Amino acid sequence: MMAAMQDMATPARAAANMETMAEVRIEGVSKSYTIGPIRELVLDQCSLTLAPGKLTVLIGPSGCGKSTLINILGGYERADDGSVTLDGQPISGPSSDRLVVFQETALFPWMTTYQNIVYGPLVQRQRDMKQVEVEAGRLLDKVGLKDFRDKYPSQLSGGMQRRAELARAMINNPRLMLLDEPFRGLDAMTRELMQEYFLRLYEDKRQTVLFVTSEIDEAIFLADTLVLMSNKPGRIIKSMEITLPRPRVASLLMSPEYLRYKDEALEILHEEAMKAFAGGSQAAADFVEAYDKRDA
Amino acid sequence: MSGAALIARQSSSRTATGQPVGSLSWRFQQALKSPVPYLGLLGILLFGIFWFLTTEYLKLPRFEKLPGPIEVWTEFTSRDPTYGTSMYTPEYYKHIAWSSLRVLIAFGLATVLGVPLGLFMGWKRTFKDYTFPIIEVLRPIPVLAWVPLAILMMPGREAPIIFLAFLAAFFATTLNAMLGVESIDESYFRAARCLGSSPWQIFKRVVVPGAMPDVFTGLQIGVGVAWFSLVAAEMVSGEHGLGFLIWDSYVLSQYPVIVIAMVTLGLVGYVYSAIIRAVGRMLMGWTARTQA
Repeated sequence: MMAAMQDMATPARAAANMETMAEVRIEGVSKSYTIGPIRELVLDQCSLTLAPGKLTVLIGPSGCGKSTLINILGGYERADDGSVTLDGQPISGPSSDRLVVFQETALFPWMTTYQNIVYGPLVQRQRDMKQVEVEAGRLLDKVGLKDFRDKYPSQLSGGMQRRAELARAMINNPRLMLLDEPFRGLDAMTRELMQEYFLRLYEDKRQTVLFVTSEIDEAIFLADTLVLMSNKPGRIIKSMEITLPRPRVASLLMSPEYLRYKDEALEILHEEAMKAFAGGSQAAADFVEAYDKRDA
Repeated sequence: MSGAALIARQSSSRTATGQPVGSLSWRFQQALKSPVPYLGLLGILLFGIFWFLTTEYLKLPRFEKLPGPIEVWTEFTSRDPTYGTSMYTPEYYKHIAWSSLRVLIAFGLATVLGVPLGLFMGWKRTFKDYTFPIIEVLRPIPVLAWVPLAILMMPGREAPIIFLAFLAAFFATTLNAMLGVESIDESYFRAARCLGSSPWQIFKRVVVPGAMPDVFTGLQIGVGVAWFSLVAAEMVSGEHGLGFLIWDSYVLSQYPVIVIAMVTLGLVGYVYSAIIRAVGRMLMGWTARTQA
């Protein structure tokens, strides 16, 4: 495992990926839903740029429209207002150059881990399958599922399923990866491991990533840019550059810089959380609790 | 991997007697180690005793005309049966063959037409909007109500019988295939689309395998109702087959033959279901396996 940990991105590989790296511009995006007679504004004039090859983490209380933004970027939904472009091209409809990893596991239960991972290249028919096979083997190794290559998803644990799903997305070399609270519902230990697995994959490939979470530690640990979102309607309130060194390791969570970032983010989120808390949000309650504990 | 390790790995998936784990004979041996088959046999035995007591020993009113188990068994195993049907007469097997062949054709048609139709109905909303109402109205009509129309519509003697068996099975296979597709979680379609699948690939790799468990439930039900309607149809207008044999024996007061035919129907029906279950298990390894 240590050997794999050290197998990080070489500068050459990062350079080779430069041309495929995508910039996403989200400009003045609004979206509202009509439920019966009530019209609720979910996203209000959101503007955000995802820098090429950077990992942007979007954090905010639950129900603040983060998933809606992912759905718009994924092409599953359309914005009412504003524009969303990938390298200048407007986004319309789902596509394999923008891969989404959703909260719930969507591994095909009738395929083995390996069959799931090679699914994308298999149906896109644009790559040599021999080469894909090699790459799949490498990814399986990287996410620690080598021995589970021929198992079905029902035979994998929750964490393994998430890793398989990450590998299934990564193998397509998408220009943009969208992750919607992918580690939600995993226990704390597994979650930490998953973050490390994910970083290992990211630091290897350096694709443009938008990662949505409601966990502050996860957010800062992963992010190049941390974007804070407000609640109802969802607005972008602040964007923070996280300049912690990469590759990131768990011990970073103890460093003073890390704690400074956390303090700053919590300060801003606290205000928002109090509002959401009044509305009964559990994630907001967690924020408030974390905020109160920060000096302890 | 070294040769020794390879051998060790292979032997771990074999039993002491050298049969691969999971093979039919292995499963059979495992089953014999559990109490399940013995409990089943005991149940059958108790039923046999009840049957014997009511008909042959106590001769209860309304039961005394019925053939008892000993009478049936004697007739069935006789080389010179009183009523002309036993395990030694070719007639017996001819009836089985006729009925089996009819069910095979009817059920085969119901599968070949019903499953794709059902899959398509489940997949394409508009197609379902056109087809579902008519199917829902036709489905509750009992198969026997179709007998006159079947005879008017279909040429010859065989076609109406097969048509009736087909009709019953067709609704079961179609509707279950449709429900199977509808039960597939939306997230699989989303994932397939975002991984770059064409509609045809979604059909082939998501719709078909995802619906497979329900398709096989439909086939199980389908083959059951095919037998059910076949016997009814054979009673009305047949000259061979187990349904015909039952009715004919009733008319000629050859009561033990009725029971022979009934038990045979039960056994043949069971074999058909077992075959479908086995095929289903073979095709859907992913549903049977649990956490490793």
